[in-house]
Amino acid sequence: MVATLQGQYGSGIREAVSYLGQNYMIVEPSIVSDVLQILRDREQFDYCVDVTAVHYPEREKQFDLIWILYSFARNERIRVKTMIADGESVPSAVSIWATANWLEREVFDMFGIRFDGHPDLKRILLPDGWKGHPLRKDYGIIQQDEEWVQANLGIESGQ
Amino acid sequence: MLDYITSYLSSNTTPGQAGNVFWALVYIMVVFGGVSVAVMAMNWLERKALAHFQIRLGPMRVGPHGLLQPIADAIKLLTKEDIIPAEADKFVFWIAPLIILCASFVVYIVVPFGPTHAITDLNIGVLFMLGVSSLSVLGVVMAGWASNSHYPLIGALRSSAQMVSYEVAMGMAVVSAILMTSLHGLGLYGVSATSSGTGTLSMIGIVQAQQEQHVWFLFKFFPLGFIAFGIFAIAMVAETNRAPFDLPEAESELTAGFHTEYSGLRWSLFMLGEYAAMIAVSSIAVTLWLGGWFRPFPNTLTGETWDLVFSLFPGLTFLGLAAIAFVGVKRMPKHPYFQLQTMGLAGFGAVLGLIGLILFAPPVRDRIQDIYWFVAKVGGFMYLYIWYRATFPRYRFDQLMKVGWKVLLPIGIGVLILTAILGVVL
Amino acid sequence: MSDLKTPDLKTADPTRFLSHLELDQPDKTFLDSNELVINMGPQHPATHGVLRVILKLDGEKVLGTECVIGYLHRGVEKIAENRTYTMFNPYVDRMDYVAAVSNGLGYCEAVEKLLNIEAPPRAKYIRVILTELNRLASHQLWLGTHALDIGAMTPLFYTFRDREEILKIFEKYCGARLTTHAFRIGGCQYETYEGFERDVIKFLDFVPPKIDEYEELLTTNRIWLERTKNVGVISRADAIALGVTGPVLRASGVKWDLRKAQPYAAYSDFDFEIPIGTNGDTYDRYSVRMEEMRQSLRIIRQAVERIPEGPIMAKVPKVMKPPVGEIYHSIEAPKGELGYFIVGDGSTQPYRIRVRPPSFVNLQALDVMVRGALVADVIAVIGTLDIVLGEVDR
Repeated sequence: MVATLQGQYGSGIREAVSYLGQNYMIVEPSIVSDVLQILRDREQFDYCVDVTAVHYPEREKQFDLIWILYSFARNERIRVKTMIADGESVPSAVSIWATANWLEREVFDMFGIRFDGHPDLKRILLPDGWKGHPLRKDYGIIQQDEEWVQANLGIESGQ
Repeated sequence: MLDYITSYLSSNTTPGQAGNVFWALVYIMVVFGGVSVAVMAMNWLERKALAHFQIRLGPMRVGPHGLLQPIADAIKLLTKEDIIPAEADKFVFWIAPLIILCASFVVYIVVPFGPTHAITDLNIGVLFMLGVSSLSVLGVVMAGWASNSHYPLIGALRSSAQMVSYEVAMGMAVVSAILMTSLHGLGLYGVSATSSGTGTLSMIGIVQAQQEQHVWFLFKFFPLGFIAFGIFAIAMVAETNRAPFDLPEAESELTAGFHTEYSGLRWSLFMLGEYAAMIAVSSIAVTLWLGGWFRPFPNTLTGETWDLVFSLFPGLTFLGLAAIAFVGVKRMPKHPYFQLQTMGLAGFGAVLGLIGLILFAPPVRDRIQDIYWFVAKVGGFMYLYIWYRATFPRYRFDQLMKVGWKVLLPIGIGVLILTAILGVVL
Repeated sequence: MSDLKTPDLKTADPTRFLSHLELDQPDKTFLDSNELVINMGPQHPATHGVLRVILKLDGEKVLGTECVIGYLHRGVEKIAENRTYTMFNPYVDRMDYVAAVSNGLGYCEAVEKLLNIEAPPRAKYIRVILTELNRLASHQLWLGTHALDIGAMTPLFYTFRDREEILKIFEKYCGARLTTHAFRIGGCQYETYEGFERDVIKFLDFVPPKIDEYEELLTTNRIWLERTKNVGVISRADAIALGVTGPVLRASGVKWDLRKAQPYAAYSDFDFEIPIGTNGDTYDRYSVRMEEMRQSLRIIRQAVERIPEGPIMAKVPKVMKPPVGEIYHSIEAPKGELGYFIVGDGSTQPYRIRVRPPSFVNLQALDVMVRGALVADVIAVIGTLDIVLGEVDR
């Protein structure tokens, strides 16, 4: 399967690794949307388990964006990983799997990664007016958006 | 003056028939007091029975086994702040619970507890009953309207729609019962083939027709009487907004009931009206189908001994209750904290036992029969109400209306037509 | 799993799942002024936690919903980056606090995979027994609250009374009833107490008549049938596209259970069935969960009879430093597929832990399920999805 994909996209598929029995591919951000579409249509990965991200602040391409997919017919799980820089945006997977709707909203909420083409990209777990993206490594563990807390909860110290 | 009072006692009619205002007032007071006490007892019974259905105990602290709980609730509600919404229509807000209360209580004027134990016996008793009980719909709508908030209004409209639709079904069932008063199955039930009944709308007349025809209308033209009774039994639960038809008052639904904005005494008036209505429609059901004040098997088990056996029931009931109270006393914990409760329960048991013994005395025994059997039957219905509430989930509103219009009404009409045909043909 | 044919999703348009509440356009006038926007607020007797649902109604019919969540967001994933792997173990219970044991199982197994160690067989059996007991407890709580939302108030008390027995076993085993922290990375810390097998077997004999009791009250009750049949229907294709898992997916006809598809923790040793439904309505979800309760009893019985002797803890280094790498491990929690995506960076603290919560993804399906239904059905459907806000919000 990887071979056909590599044949199609050549250098776009940077790596296909199996670690501890779990397969994952690292893909260029420009083709990731096509790859996901092919995975769903041709390779029958019809269930999008999760969409998540990891933040590596020292790297140039700071974010690792990961899609975890599962195929019922093949009973196989695969991860598709791509690396993007801060501020870069990725095409949304909502048109491929409807699950991605809230999952991408959460990634946006926690990391600030925007998804193009998402119908309703707004914060999901944090209040709408919150500033900052908590799961980034530069966000402190007890840091809160003091302005919002002062304005909405009436707590003077903002915490 | 004294003549006025005693002359009624020698006549054998209801105060209404005798035109005796004094005794009519006495009866009204007795009935009003009795129903109020019954409502409080019903409140207690509901909480205890519901709790026992749900494997818990219910109120146990306030008075022994929670017997004083209704009084405590009443005091709490009386001492609450009387809140009226700012934009509400004050007069309508005030009068709505009163209308429901009056509508529920006025029905008791025609309810017969015995052959002469009724406040009056209108010869259009059934019609009066149906008409007056419909007035409570007016109160419900007024309550929802006066609250000036759209959730109670929606709830009130739903409630009133539900009550009105089930009244139609109730009416059909009632008309079937009335038809049966004038129709004799020829030769059935041991009644001579040539006699035929005179139809009557008076409540006492209906019970007496059941006596003459030697059959409770529940069993007449079996299964028609049974089905008519069933329709009325379901419709009366829906009429009083009780489970499983209690969507308008359910807490876990979005639109709260029409009584949301009411608090304290006003709310308790709604509850009083609801319980009184429950007892009222149950009394109607008992009168129309279950033979009113007659003891079970009045015609098959006849004779002195059977009369005696059945006449012992009131006394035995109270002695049984007293025995249960004493079992409760025995099971009370022996801690000094519980002393007062134990004494209270023992006293209560003693009072019940005393009443039971009094009811064994022959003069009392004979007179108490009618009232006892009537109350016992109505009590059975009250228990059924509580049982329904514990067991059934709630109907969704559209399903509720569907049941009322598409199920009960056609069956009611069918029963009516079949009763008429059978009565003429047989 | 060869009987699973993937539905034809190429032509299905995923954007059909989006609701058009248009709440941010207040000036837009509607021709039909019957439309009403109602808020089922965070505090509500029937929303199982702090969930806010904004409903757009046309009279009684629901045109669209929007869920506002995050009231219970505690930043569990952020906390994970500041704790060691062992220290994070108790936090995991607090997410789906109803089925805490499953959460712990998933986390411990994920870290064990990353460390490339395996729990000894006896530990696996103990884990299976406790997890299945927890599945039973979770389903019992679900049944009680779901029935209460629909109006039947009695099953709640029955299920909670029976759930007490399970919680007593948990308390005897690890000291806590609800947030148990039962397992450790590498196995179980506590050996089964004296009389554990006897208690479990007594429980296994005690419970089946109780489940029959619940069924007796509800399954053939015509009012229950009317409230649950054809209510909240989600088709098989929609279910897969929306990523719902657990009993919701199985009720739509997909015979898939992680315990059979990708067995973990000794489930491959046991013989049990996976119930599925046909219509994907509320009644099917109810039947699927009732049958799952019975299958759980079957698993527990087999496990208790065959529990092997041996150590309960594998050789785990005192200071756990998983190598640099990522792992995703998921289990079949009572609510659905509960997954842990752990990124290790060679230190004692995880670099990133992502919890894939089943209730979060299942809640997305609420909008699709209640389109066109009545308001009273929204509450029934929220109940049937079996969400726990602790897990939705983390």
